[in-house]
Amino acid sequence: MKKLIASIVAGAALATAGVSAASAGTLEDVKAKGFVQCGVNPSLIGFGVADEKGEWSGIDVSFCRAVASAIFGDPTKVKFSPLNAKERFTALQSGEVDLLSRNTTWTMSRDSSLGLMFVGVSYYDGQGFMVRKSLGVSSALELSGAKVCTQTGTTTELNLADYFRSHNMPYEVVAFEKNEEVLQAYEAGRCDAYTTDASGLYAERLKLTNPDDHMILPEIISKEPLGPAVRQGDDKWFTVVKWTLFALINAEELGLTKANIDEKKTADNPEIKRFVGVEGDFGTGIGLTNDWAYNVIKGVGNYGEIFDANVGPSTKLGIARGLNNLWSKGGIQYAPPIR
Amino acid sequence: MSTMASTAYVRSEMVGPQKAPPSMIGPIGWARKNLFSSPINSVLSIVAALFIVWCLIPVIRFTLIDAVWTGDDRAACAQASGACWAYVKAYLPQFIYGRYPIDQRWRVDIVFLMLAVALVPMLIPRAPFKRLNALFLLTVYPLASFVLLTGGHIGLRGRFLPDDIVGPGPVRFALEFALVSFVIILLVGLGARLLGLRASQSGSAIGIVLGALAVVFMVVGADFGLVPVETANWGGLLVTLVVAVTGMVASLPLGVILALGRRSKMPVVRIASVTFIEVCRGVPLITVLFMASVMLPLFLPEGVTFDKLLRALIGVALFQAAYMAEVIRGGLQSISRGQYEGAMAIGLSYPQRMRLIILPQALRVVIPGIVGSFISLFKDTTLVAIIGLFDLLGQIQASANDAKWASPVTGITGYIFAAMVFWAFCFSMSRYAAFTERRLDRSRRG
Repeated sequence: MKKLIASIVAGAALATAGVSAASAGTLEDVKAKGFVQCGVNPSLIGFGVADEKGEWSGIDVSFCRAVASAIFGDPTKVKFSPLNAKERFTALQSGEVDLLSRNTTWTMSRDSSLGLMFVGVSYYDGQGFMVRKSLGVSSALELSGAKVCTQTGTTTELNLADYFRSHNMPYEVVAFEKNEEVLQAYEAGRCDAYTTDASGLYAERLKLTNPDDHMILPEIISKEPLGPAVRQGDDKWFTVVKWTLFALINAEELGLTKANIDEKKTADNPEIKRFVGVEGDFGTGIGLTNDWAYNVIKGVGNYGEIFDANVGPSTKLGIARGLNNLWSKGGIQYAPPIR
Repeated sequence: MSTMASTAYVRSEMVGPQKAPPSMIGPIGWARKNLFSSPINSVLSIVAALFIVWCLIPVIRFTLIDAVWTGDDRAACAQASGACWAYVKAYLPQFIYGRYPIDQRWRVDIVFLMLAVALVPMLIPRAPFKRLNALFLLTVYPLASFVLLTGGHIGLRGRFLPDDIVGPGPVRFALEFALVSFVIILLVGLGARLLGLRASQSGSAIGIVLGALAVVFMVVGADFGLVPVETANWGGLLVTLVVAVTGMVASLPLGVILALGRRSKMPVVRIASVTFIEVCRGVPLITVLFMASVMLPLFLPEGVTFDKLLRALIGVALFQAAYMAEVIRGGLQSISRGQYEGAMAIGLSYPQRMRLIILPQALRVVIPGIVGSFISLFKDTTLVAIIGLFDLLGQIQASANDAKWASPVTGITGYIFAAMVFWAFCFSMSRYAAFTERRLDRSRRG
């Protein structure tokens, strides 16, 4: 009997050991299976959405493709797992996805207690206000005494209270349970302003009868830095994903685009040389090939291109670069150099 | 006689029955009888009619008169005050197949077609070959659907034989399967000997089960040259039907077993059944799904994942089985003791008693209950949207956010479409159940 129990325990231990050995490193696993499993939002315009043919698009989706390009030199070697807000962290923790790129706000509690590591900020979001143009308001500071529509029980409501109190402005909250109800109330004229995260405002605006009659005010009253996240405790994978994001931003700064990178590859600029891998051993240092960054830009374009194609002024959303512009152009997107 | 003109009138034939006055027959008569038989009824009828018209006019205006039928993007619907059917038209393939690859959708079509072809004769009482048909629906069809939908070619590699004897692969799996089967048959034979049962009988039963399993493994392991399609890409009506049909088919036999278990005299079986039933019924379906999708992965070792759709299917089937068991138990209890005793008196064994005497009567009694729980299951499938699967409703909700079609009426149109589809399915199920009930009830109505 004792022998039986001992062998069962030994067997169980071996089985667990076998499994954990198989998932020693996400980068190795990803390379072995041949694709990146990426958790995305299935229904957020501009960030992650599949069209009627099932083609994925959005900033977060493009980032997944960028990581695939960095590893395999092929932006199509990625599989998307549509995740909702509740299951996204479990999916990452359990290894169902290798990378979570799903408009997730980087906060301290998520970094500490949820076992995540955010690799950086791919989109600086924040709470804003939408008003009718006919209201004649050009700043949130003119909203004194306004009725504001919002969703109940979210931090949005708290931020709103803080903002109006700190500016000594009276206001009235009209709160609803569901996003659709909020929008309907706003459209019906039951409130003067609609507040939620700015990217959400632009998306909701499309659902109004005349989107052009409404505008988003320039004030941002909260910090919502959105970024991709990976599991804690896998530094190699973390580094790869982090530097993919930096490569996207650096490429824009260096003026490298999807279209011109082949031609600029031969330029005599040392920064570009290091970037495309002609000089130095930066790619092999993080477990990739030396032309990893070249592949990223060749595959998906630089940060600015991704932004413009998915949410920028020429798209239906029409979001201005604002904070998401490069640090050298009045924004705060900044990446450490490759050297 | 002949010269005398007769002044007396003698009618030589009977007066034929007259037609009823127009006020008593036809639509007018019907209305007089049913709607305006008394002043109070008249008032109620008029008020009800006005109410219906008052409700219907906006619905018809929205869905038909003001609706937008053609268009290429949101521009067509942005100003509309009616439903945006152009959006439903553009998205219809996705509502049916989800993100199933477009060039592979014929596989889904075949699965739907096979279901229709096999199910219709099954549902018509007079159609022949019932037994063969049932066999096809319960064995060949699920296997074929599985292979068609997923692409088959499951990598069976085996687990425990050391690599130096034979490397991981189908061969190792086959060897292991044969080994395990051999051990099981040996154990069963041994057990039968110990209990004094006829070894050959239990042996052949186990042999059939193992043989069937071997065939299943061969089919799912074989390479039919189909491109694999992950369940993450399934969606729309496909997922709704897969979840609903699997739940229905799996829950009925499980429910019968649980119901019989609950009435069993063996304490272990009874307690196990009662515990299972009460735990499942005491928890909302959404909790079961949540456990399956969010908690289960945390319990499994890191890196071990199994399919989200499969998790949901298992959760739904077990949950539904518990409800089915209670419905069937109601039927079992409605059978009088005399039936049990009579069956015993003619010397039938327990399985024979149940199969030939009790269950046919019990199941007939509970047809309405069974269909009721099937219908609620069909509607409950929408809950899988919570765990990130895209059933019909989930797919519609997600699509309404597409920037290309986002407009004030897009979301509402999607919901109307979903309601129509669900209503069509549920209503036909309930009509068919009513038909079956009438047919089986003939003996009682005399």
